[in-house]
Amino acid sequence: MDEAGVGRALRRIAHEIIEHNNGLDDLVVVGLQTGGGPLGARLVELLGEIEGAEVAYGTIDVAFYRDDVSLRPVLPEAVTDIPLDLTGKTVVLVDDVLFTGRTVRAALDALADHGRARAVQLAVMVDRGHRELPIRPDYVGKNLPTRKDEVVDVSLEGVRIGEMLEPGEGR
Amino acid sequence: MSREHLLSISDLGREGIEGVMQLADSFKEVARRPIPKVPTLRGRTVATLFFEASTRTRLSFETAARRLSADVMTFVASSSSLEKGESLRDTVETIDAMGIDAMVVRHRSAGVPSQVTGWTSAAVVNAGDGQHEHPTQALLDCYTIREALSEKMGRELSTDFSGLRIGIVGDICFSRVARSDVLAFSLLGADVTLIAPRTLLPPSLEGWPATATADLDGVLDDLDVVYLLRIQAERAGQVLLPELDEYHSRFGLTRERAARLRKETLVMHPGPMIRGVEIAPEAADLPGSLVTRQVRNGVLVRSAVLLRLLSGTAAGGVDASEEPGA
Repeated sequence: MDEAGVGRALRRIAHEIIEHNNGLDDLVVVGLQTGGGPLGARLVELLGEIEGAEVAYGTIDVAFYRDDVSLRPVLPEAVTDIPLDLTGKTVVLVDDVLFTGRTVRAALDALADHGRARAVQLAVMVDRGHRELPIRPDYVGKNLPTRKDEVVDVSLEGVRIGEMLEPGEGR
Repeated sequence: MSREHLLSISDLGREGIEGVMQLADSFKEVARRPIPKVPTLRGRTVATLFFEASTRTRLSFETAARRLSADVMTFVASSSSLEKGESLRDTVETIDAMGIDAMVVRHRSAGVPSQVTGWTSAAVVNAGDGQHEHPTQALLDCYTIREALSEKMGRELSTDFSGLRIGIVGDICFSRVARSDVLAFSLLGADVTLIAPRTLLPPSLEGWPATATADLDGVLDDLDVVYLLRIQAERAGQVLLPELDEYHSRFGLTRERAARLRKETLVMHPGPMIRGVEIAPEAADLPGSLVTRQVRNGVLVRSAVLLRLLSGTAAGGVDASEEPGA
């Protein structure tokens, strides 16, 4: 999937969100740090263009909520910034890749600390399977069958599958 | 696996200090929430072992631990079996046997926290040992300076203190805060001047990356940060220290000296502050005074320290293969 592909998928997801929610009333887009940040920001631009309305946008870091904090460093540059109380809002959570579902589970806990959302929907650019929890996406850019040991890299420039790095390399 | 402890600022080095500062930033957002708590250290236990009086440091550590959802156990020496003659080692081993993940230790003798590491499998944090060190105080001081510089000068948050002139005034010789602060400030690149009567300076400045003077008025105008230490009143009148009035007029931040300070000069104090001795009552409430901010930041920085020391010890095995691209 190349840059244009990612762009088209995001545009389609934007239309699906508007259709599914009958507009953008009380909608908040929340990008999951770090992969969902740029995608979420772009999605907010697209929603605004299509509907001519401003959509609230925030970011959330789930490091404090993970069940495996020992494996993943807390990233200081990945900040939580939720500009409003989420009570009564419809939240569209955005991430780059949906894999085991553990990050999303942590994100649901983290979101709950910012108010009781009316509903939470999940948008991901790539669903690569191998779920370990009962979590499913509402909007998917691309379903991508993978092996468990492969790495999927998503950015606004495209989607790439690679071999898993040795522990300690990269990421 | 050898555990990480925090006994001295030198355990962290410059990179470690930066790491703590950045981690503390993410607790700022948590502190603003209606319920300022995250579940990160749920199921872990942090014990505070204070063999010497303290209110703010102990409460600060306990608040920091609770914000991370850790369980907190408080040990107070005066109501313990130490009174019945139990040795320090037996006390520590007893508490360790209850299953503790971190011990926060304060003791009037230097080196006790380091000794404690040999008697427990928990991570040990030095919360002040004798005249040796008080590393979390130095970390919160660095954090407060970093934050104040960014707000006052409109510059980016930076732990690069190059060119910053910091004066530490008062009881340098007997102060663990001074020792940790000098180490931390100089690691970050600041120029540190120690300002005190000769009797309250260390006998030799060897190993102190700082210069010393007894002339506060001579250096005051050049300082970006005036850091006042508490004068332990019980020392007044001894050979070590002139009378408190004389101390105040020579080394205190008097009203006159406070009026001379530049608008952007920062005034700090680790507390407890004795108004009328090291600081004039009015000067303590100046807009440049960061004293309450130091206390507030103490909680953020101590949360960061506890998380740093305990995040390597998650309970239960987690499949590492879930890491990539998730």
